[in-house]
Amino acid sequence: MSALKIKKGTSKHSAYDLRDHHEEMIERHTLAVMVDNEAGVLARVIGLFSGRGYNIESLTVAEVDHTGHRSRITVVTTGTPSVIEQIKAQLGRIVPVHEVHDLTTEGPSVERELALFKVSGKGDARVEALRLADIFRANVVDSTLDSFTFEVTGTSEKIDAFADLMWPLGLTEIARTGVVALSRGELAS
Amino acid sequence: MTQEQMTGARMVVEALKDQGVEVVFGYPGGAVLPIYDEIFQQNHIRHVLARHEQGAVHAAEGYARSTGKPGVCLVTSGPGATNAVTGLTDALMDSIPIVVLTGQVPTFMIGNDAFQEADTVGITRPCTKHNWLVKETDKLSETIHQAFHVAITGRPGPVLVDIPKDVQFANGGYTKPEDVTSHYAPQTKGDMEVIEALVEAIETAERPIVYSGGGVINSGVKASQLLRQLVDMTGFPITSTLMGLGAYPASGKSWLGMLGMHGLYEANLAMHDCDLMINIGARFDDRITGRVQDFSPGSVKAHIDIDPSSINKVIRVELPIIGDVSVVLEDLLKVWKSRGAKTNSAAVQDWWTQIEEWRKVDCLKYTQKGKTIKPQHALVRLEELTKDHPDRYICTEVGQHQMWAAQYLNFEDPNRWMTSGGLGTMGYGFPSSIGVQMAHPDGLVINVAGEASWLMNMQEMGTAVQFNLPVKQFILNNERLGMVRQWQELLHGERYSHSWSEALPDFVKLAEAFGAKGILIEHPDDLDEGIKEMLAYDGPVIVDCLVEKHENCFPMIPSGEPHNSMILGENVDTQTAIKEGGGVLV
Repeated sequence: MSALKIKKGTSKHSAYDLRDHHEEMIERHTLAVMVDNEAGVLARVIGLFSGRGYNIESLTVAEVDHTGHRSRITVVTTGTPSVIEQIKAQLGRIVPVHEVHDLTTEGPSVERELALFKVSGKGDARVEALRLADIFRANVVDSTLDSFTFEVTGTSEKIDAFADLMWPLGLTEIARTGVVALSRGELAS
Repeated sequence: MTQEQMTGARMVVEALKDQGVEVVFGYPGGAVLPIYDEIFQQNHIRHVLARHEQGAVHAAEGYARSTGKPGVCLVTSGPGATNAVTGLTDALMDSIPIVVLTGQVPTFMIGNDAFQEADTVGITRPCTKHNWLVKETDKLSETIHQAFHVAITGRPGPVLVDIPKDVQFANGGYTKPEDVTSHYAPQTKGDMEVIEALVEAIETAERPIVYSGGGVINSGVKASQLLRQLVDMTGFPITSTLMGLGAYPASGKSWLGMLGMHGLYEANLAMHDCDLMINIGARFDDRITGRVQDFSPGSVKAHIDIDPSSINKVIRVELPIIGDVSVVLEDLLKVWKSRGAKTNSAAVQDWWTQIEEWRKVDCLKYTQKGKTIKPQHALVRLEELTKDHPDRYICTEVGQHQMWAAQYLNFEDPNRWMTSGGLGTMGYGFPSSIGVQMAHPDGLVINVAGEASWLMNMQEMGTAVQFNLPVKQFILNNERLGMVRQWQELLHGERYSHSWSEALPDFVKLAEAFGAKGILIEHPDDLDEGIKEMLAYDGPVIVDCLVEKHENCFPMIPSGEPHNSMILGENVDTQTAIKEGGGVLV
């Protein structure tokens, strides 16, 4: 019998993950990574994911602070809890990375994606497309006599749903930005 | 603030001077000629001309490992940079601080497939801690200072600064190191709550073990002193990884020897059966853990590491402490002493009794008989004849000889042991020994080598002779790729596919061809004399020590097995030692 007071397998003192550990469960996490906007920084992040065999479901990046030259990378990834922990730790040690936030675990957050849909068709299909677009609060950003181009903003699921509806109505092309996300509430994450 | 104006090339030399650099290992070429011209015109920095860029980088690594200061390299664009890649990867895996400066084609030619152009920052991005391409001379000195900061701060590692030739020629303002700021400052102080929990565990543990690694060496001499204090005051047994040898002295009473795949029986069994494992600056490498699911199944584990990504990467731990080893150990000792410096000494005494039982197995025993030298015996004699030298440094190549050196040589101090652990780079040892000798001109620097590894960077004989560096190349020559041969014996039905060399050189003549000394040792009776002759010679010397050709390196945890399934030395049935499934692992 061990006299140790700490139970083997407890994670009470873990600096990272206080939840129960289900090794098999694949989770989807949205990470916000604040980086110096310097040459090659995106390559470092992407190289980390490919080099260590992590998944990227979606990735967006743009400079958000022009005076401080900071960019925000929003990356949606999947993996077991320990893989997600590794991803965050590995991101955190890239030198131009300032902060890594897990918007999935750090409290509520909002996620949005923007997509452009080109739908070609005539007659009833064209009218139906326009009607559905209205329901989805999509904007028409270009039109010809035989087509509409819609702009839709929403969660990835909403955009998937809109795409499912548009396929039978003549959807010919989609462009998606990938997910951007912010934590809810008044404070920065 | 007025900045002194100067050319980029001059700036490089100034920046190195301001960083306290004394030695640069390098090789010139078209894209670094302006910097070499500046080096020609000054006397502060010595340049050591390697014979291959890989040699230059390994020499810088040897310099860094033996001094704790960053090693510096200067190479040209294209092939100069690509030849540096192995050394950079080696330094990344072993957390060695080196700064590599590469020339690049002029900025206006980048992307044109110019002569000797390579995407150096692209190629080296995954094998450096960080790298920079400098496009403006005004930013060059600041970038070099940043590079040094990043190389030595936090978990050390290699950095690279790529400098186009026009940036070297152009004028710009020089920024002094004190005017450079950096956001890069990893956490060094551990979480006190977890440290207190570890202290409680230390007070109550019945079967504790300290498992230390290269992080202790990297944290500096003070970390080794604190580690010794902790181990000696608690009376806990201590083992170490390959990278951590010397942090705790081999003559210390709590020393169990190295652990891992070719570690000592008592060290591995103690790891397997302990109830408290205190990992200090090691990373649960696969050479250490064996089968992860069965790694030390009954223990609570603490892990002190400066790199958060090392924690819970391989083995989940109950007590993770992110911080610098010396800072954390200082806090740990303070808390533990303030609570009365208690341990469960009766239980620890029983634990030692158990360990002594394992030790009786005498896992390193070998029999030296007949006319053939056993490699283990050669190392035992080398140890005996050099252990009293006040300033001894050992380098190794990679393979069986490396493991035997780790098993049979004793290290009393940190920074005395230079070996390629993570990457396992054959050809590391010889250039590394050159770097060590440059840093310690009066030191005894021995490279324990295998003939195959040694030949991978044998061109550095030119460097050793040119700079009159008395490095001792102690080659255990079995005319085989010994470790490959061993695995083929264990795993591939004794089919020795391409694991021997048909046309080895006469090493004595080879030494003489370079203007060095060569010594051949063929018989066990000649060992001592040969080693003494090697030690007495003031200059580069190669010892060609012919050893048993089919000796296997034991003890060994067969791949895919846990610590308590070690196979011991003599009389092993090598055909059944590794089970199906273990064979796919490396």
